[in-house]
Amino acid sequence: MLLLILKRIGLGLITLFIVSLITFVGVEVLPGDACTTYLEREAYGAALDACIKRLGLDVPAYERYLDWASNVVRGDFGYSLSGEMPINEVLGPRVKNSLVLASVSILIGIPLAIVLGIITALWRDKLPDIMISTITIFSMTIPEFISATLLILIVAIWLGWLPGIVIIPSDATFYELLSNIILPVVAISMIMTAHMARMVRSSVIQVMASDYVQMAILKGVPYWKMVFRHVLPNALLPAINVVALTIAWLLGGVVVTEVVFNYPGLGRLVIESISNRDLPVVQALAIILASIYVGINLIADLMTLMLNPRLKSLQIRK
Amino acid sequence: MESNLIIKDKQKNKLEKAFEILKTMASKPSGLIGLTIVLFHVVLALTSPYIAPYDYKAISPNTMLLAPSAEHWFGTDSLGRDVFTRTILGGRTALTVTFFGSLIALLWGGLLGIFCGLVGGKIDDVVMRVVDAFLSIPWILAMLLIVSLLGTSTEVLIPALGFFYGKGIVRVARAATHDVIAKDFIVSARARGHSNMSIIWNEIIPNVRDAILVEGAMRWSWMLLGFSSLSFLGFGVSPPTPDWGLMISNARGLMSFAYWSVIAPIVGLSSLIIGINLTADAFAKALGIDRSTKAPV
Repeated sequence: MLLLILKRIGLGLITLFIVSLITFVGVEVLPGDACTTYLEREAYGAALDACIKRLGLDVPAYERYLDWASNVVRGDFGYSLSGEMPINEVLGPRVKNSLVLASVSILIGIPLAIVLGIITALWRDKLPDIMISTITIFSMTIPEFISATLLILIVAIWLGWLPGIVIIPSDATFYELLSNIILPVVAISMIMTAHMARMVRSSVIQVMASDYVQMAILKGVPYWKMVFRHVLPNALLPAINVVALTIAWLLGGVVVTEVVFNYPGLGRLVIESISNRDLPVVQALAIILASIYVGINLIADLMTLMLNPRLKSLQIRK
Repeated sequence: MESNLIIKDKQKNKLEKAFEILKTMASKPSGLIGLTIVLFHVVLALTSPYIAPYDYKAISPNTMLLAPSAEHWFGTDSLGRDVFTRTILGGRTALTVTFFGSLIALLWGGLLGIFCGLVGGKIDDVVMRVVDAFLSIPWILAMLLIVSLLGTSTEVLIPALGFFYGKGIVRVARAATHDVIAKDFIVSARARGHSNMSIIWNEIIPNVRDAILVEGAMRWSWMLLGFSSLSFLGFGVSPPTPDWGLMISNARGLMSFAYWSVIAPIVGLSSLIIGINLTADAFAKALGIDRSTKAPV
């Protein structure tokens, strides 16, 4: 069991190592280095030399990679080009803001998804299922920027209930954030809930068709007791992994949502750093976002392992 | 007698088979709606240059932000351009880029996945680790980086999207290959001394084709979402090319008094994505593949 956990952590670390290689090689291979892209037309003479010196671009690539990687392992991402300040200082408040947004969305989204998934599965092909399933299909297929724009148009502009654009500095306090994040949270959790509710639905339907549920029905177990004792634990377990993958996949959508609402989180930093051609920050963001992805999947794997005694004896899953 | 039937079945025209699948897809309301929407958009994309009432890039200060009327069905935008014209033209680039992008994704993702599933061992391990690593980089970060360094031309976008959306197909193709590889007909093909290439071509591809095609159809809608997100963020097609994502992002600032210029492209893009999704779902069901328990990777 312990070995299995260690193996999974090891695999996660290998993945992250490859990610760091990919981002580094990618930036190396694509035309233009950090200095020429950043300085653009002024990339000549003394300014270019100074920039190359400052970033240490005059040493060979593999030495730079080793240097950079060893610093990253110690939690130091180096300096950003545009702000000329340590990347850690740029990232700090952004990570906190995105964390607030993500955790509120997840706290609302997951329970809602489970409830909706169960309702649609138990009343399969009846009116509640048809209604909820139609809405989930809409909210999971429409791009984030469209649902966010529509939310602003309807709730903020036509109804005038909430401010449409978040106008807070990136170092706003927690309470300032909370009052501003209602619409972004709705936009993000809408899509997340839709994806997860669909998975819970099909998972519950699968379990309901299994032999032991038939057995429970024939034994005369009361309906709701059967649902909560026999069906749900077995149906929600396999959903954990899929939910983790979905959350991780939605990271990309969070970027877009943050831009639409002008929310000062990691997502907007992605756009800002790419617009400013600030490659060191982009590299740092790639590593951080990939770590989040790997971390979420690792937690999901471990949770499934802990909760499912049957998997403990099995070989590691690919 | 039975072998006769099988031979007949094999000889059955491929077109006829495709038609049968289409018929199964259209037999359910959601599939029929999806197919209708996609067909509508394809026809519109093909004919719109000939039926567009105005010039999509004609700027005119006299017609700025007009409300919908008989002359301008969907009103005009902040530069005085006809929104109806731009909306019916707005899907052309998106459809072309994502269609060819999906084809590229299907090809390289499917072949690499089949290859990995067949050979297994060290090569498989290494490739899957790299695919995992690529999967863990958010698509938007990677796409933005590529586009900002290489430019936003179609020649860059199609291979870039094709590459990035193919990595998930590798996994699907590999898993599907694992399912067939232990079957008797593969073992007997091996025993007959067929080469790996011949086994892939004659035995594996016919059996995993359905799963990969369904995955490709799904990926088409995700790619469309990705492509229009890029345009929305200002990293996709460049103005004045009419494109829904770009139109929405341009009109967004003025939507408190000119909502028509943002609603029209929203309806266009949403309907196409929903249409492709419904079609892909119906396609999967017609082929007997359940994808509702899969994560969107």
